[in-house]
Amino acid sequence: MTGTRSASLFALALLAPALIYILIIVAYPLFDTVVLSFTNAALRPTYDFVGWANYERIFGAGNFTEIILRTFIWTFFSVAAKMIIGTLGASLLNAAIPGQSVFRILTMPPWIVPMAIGIYMWAWMYNGQFGMISGLMQNFGLLSKPWPILAYGDSAFWATIVTDVWIGVPMVTIYMLAAMQSVPKDLYEAAWTDGAGRMYRFRRITLPLLVPALLTMSLLSLIATFNSFDIIYILTRGGPSGSTTTMIIDTYNTAMGSRKYGEGAARAVVISLFVTLFCIVYFRAVRRLQQGEAK
Amino acid sequence: MARTAPRGRRSGRPMIDRYKWYEIVLLYAGMAVFLFFVLAPFIEGFLVSLKPLSQLFSTPYNFIPQNGSFEAYFTMWQSVPMLALYIFNSFFISTVVTLIVIAVVVPAAYAFARFQFAGSGLLLGGFLAVNMFSGAVLLIPLFRLMRTMGLLNTYWAMIVPGAAFLIPSSIWLLRTYMMRIPRELDEAAWVDGASRLYTLRRVVLPLAMPGIVVVAIMTFIGAYAQQFIFALTFNSRSEFMPLPIGLFAFFGKQEVIWNELMAASFIGILPVMIVIVFLQRYLVAGLTAGAVKQ
Repeated sequence: MTGTRSASLFALALLAPALIYILIIVAYPLFDTVVLSFTNAALRPTYDFVGWANYERIFGAGNFTEIILRTFIWTFFSVAAKMIIGTLGASLLNAAIPGQSVFRILTMPPWIVPMAIGIYMWAWMYNGQFGMISGLMQNFGLLSKPWPILAYGDSAFWATIVTDVWIGVPMVTIYMLAAMQSVPKDLYEAAWTDGAGRMYRFRRITLPLLVPALLTMSLLSLIATFNSFDIIYILTRGGPSGSTTTMIIDTYNTAMGSRKYGEGAARAVVISLFVTLFCIVYFRAVRRLQQGEAK
Repeated sequence: MARTAPRGRRSGRPMIDRYKWYEIVLLYAGMAVFLFFVLAPFIEGFLVSLKPLSQLFSTPYNFIPQNGSFEAYFTMWQSVPMLALYIFNSFFISTVVTLIVIAVVVPAAYAFARFQFAGSGLLLGGFLAVNMFSGAVLLIPLFRLMRTMGLLNTYWAMIVPGAAFLIPSSIWLLRTYMMRIPRELDEAAWVDGASRLYTLRRVVLPLAMPGIVVVAIMTFIGAYAQQFIFALTFNSRSEFMPLPIGLFAFFGKQEVIWNELMAASFIGILPVMIVIVFLQRYLVAGLTAGAVKQ
C-alpha cells in the first residue's frame, strides 16, 4: 500500500504546502545570500557583481578572523556550561524526592518567557550602579566601588555567556531528564540486587546510556548557541569596542547597521558554511547512533 | 548477598535503596542552588518592580524592598502607553503563526509518518537541516523578500518568516507522535473503502490530537520568543510592535525607569505563564516523547 504511485502522489500532495513554504521563505533566501555576497549591493536600488571582492575585503581586514575565533570561544564555553549545569539539574530532577513535580515546573520559565524579556531582567542585574550583582558584592565588601559589568570588555564577554547559559539550561535539563527516564528500570533493580551502590549504578548504567543523548544535545545546542543573537544585541550590541561581537552580531551590524548588504551577505555565507559543517557532523552522529541501536 | 527489590505498597514500583538523610539534605541543597540560578532574574525583577524609584538608586543595595508597593504596576501605563497593544500584537502574531504551522505541518507529518516515496528520507533530512539555520543569518535576503512582497511594516512581516522557522521542528515532533498510532487502523479504514483523505480526517486526526496540542503549544512559545529579531528588522511602526520590541524601545531610552519596565514585563508574560501552568502536563509528556527518539 505504501509503494504504489497513487500513494506517492497523495503523500506529495500532503507535503506540498510545507515544501513550497520552506522553498520560498528559507531556501530561496539562502540562495539569494550567496548571490548577494558577490555584489556590491547597498541601500541604492542597483548593484553590480564584484566577484570575490567582498570576501577579500572581510578576510583582508584582519579583525574577521578574530571575530570567528571569538565566536568559537564564546560558543564553546556557553555550550559546555549548558551541558554540565543542565545534566546536573536533570539528575536532581530525576531523584525521587517530594516536591519533584513542582521543581520540574519551576525550571521552565527561562525557556517559556519571551527571550527578550528575560534578557531585560539580566540587564538590570548587570547594571553597574544599582544592579543586584554589583550591589550585593559591595554589601558583602567584595567590591569597593560600583562595577558596571557590561561596560568592560572582559566582564561583558562573560556576562553574555552567563545569560546565554541561563536561557539554554531548561531545554538541556528537560531533554536529559527525558533521556534518563528512558533507561529501563530493571537494569537498576538487577544491579541493586547484585549489591551495586548508587554511584556505581550511575557510572556504569546511567552514564553510558546517556552518551547518545549527550552527544545529540551538545550538537543541537552548539548550533543554537552559534546562532545566538538576541542576548548579545540587547545587552551590549557587540560592544564595548567589539569585545562581544560574534559572527552573527557582526553580520547584523554590517548589513542592517551600515546597510552594506553585499558585505553582510558574504559574512552570512561564511556563517552558513560553518552551520552546514555542524549539520554534517550532526547527521553522521545520528546515523551512527541509529546503527548502534539496530545492532 | 542477593536481595530482591521490595515493591512499594501503592505504586507497585520497586523501591530500590532509600536515600539516607544526608543524601536528602544534599539533594534539596543542590535543587535550591539550581533553582536559584534559574529563577534569580525573575525574583530580582519582581522585587525591583515593587521598589519605589527613590529606593532603586540608593546605596547600600537592598535586596528586599523597603515599604514596597505595586505602584509601578499602575504608573507604567503612562510610561508605556501602548503596552496593552503590544501584548495584543504579541498574542495575535503568535496565534496566527501557530495556525499556519499547524495547517502546514499536520498533513506533512502524516505523509512522512505513513508513506515511503522516492526522496522521502532526503526531504525529511532537508527539513531537519532548515532547522539549523536561524533567521538571523538570512536577514538580508528576507528583508529584500519582504520588501518585494510589500509586507514590510505589517503583521505579516513578522508572521511569515516566523512560521517558516518553526515548521521543520514541528514536522519532526508530530511525525514521531503519529508513527506511534497503529498503522492497522488506517489500513482497516482503507479496506472498508474509506478514501485516504477521509481516513486522515476521521481516523488519524482524532488520535493525533494530543500530539497536535503539544506542537501547537511549543509553536506558540517559539513564536513568542523569536519576535525580537524579525520585528527589529522588518517593522518600524509602533502599532504593529510585539511586546519584546515595544519594551526594547522603552529600554533604549536615556533614563530607564527600571521598576516600571519590570512591572510591564511581568504583566506581559503573565498570560503565557497561566497558559503554561494549565497545559504543562501535555508539555512535559510531549517533550519527553519528542526528545528521546529523534
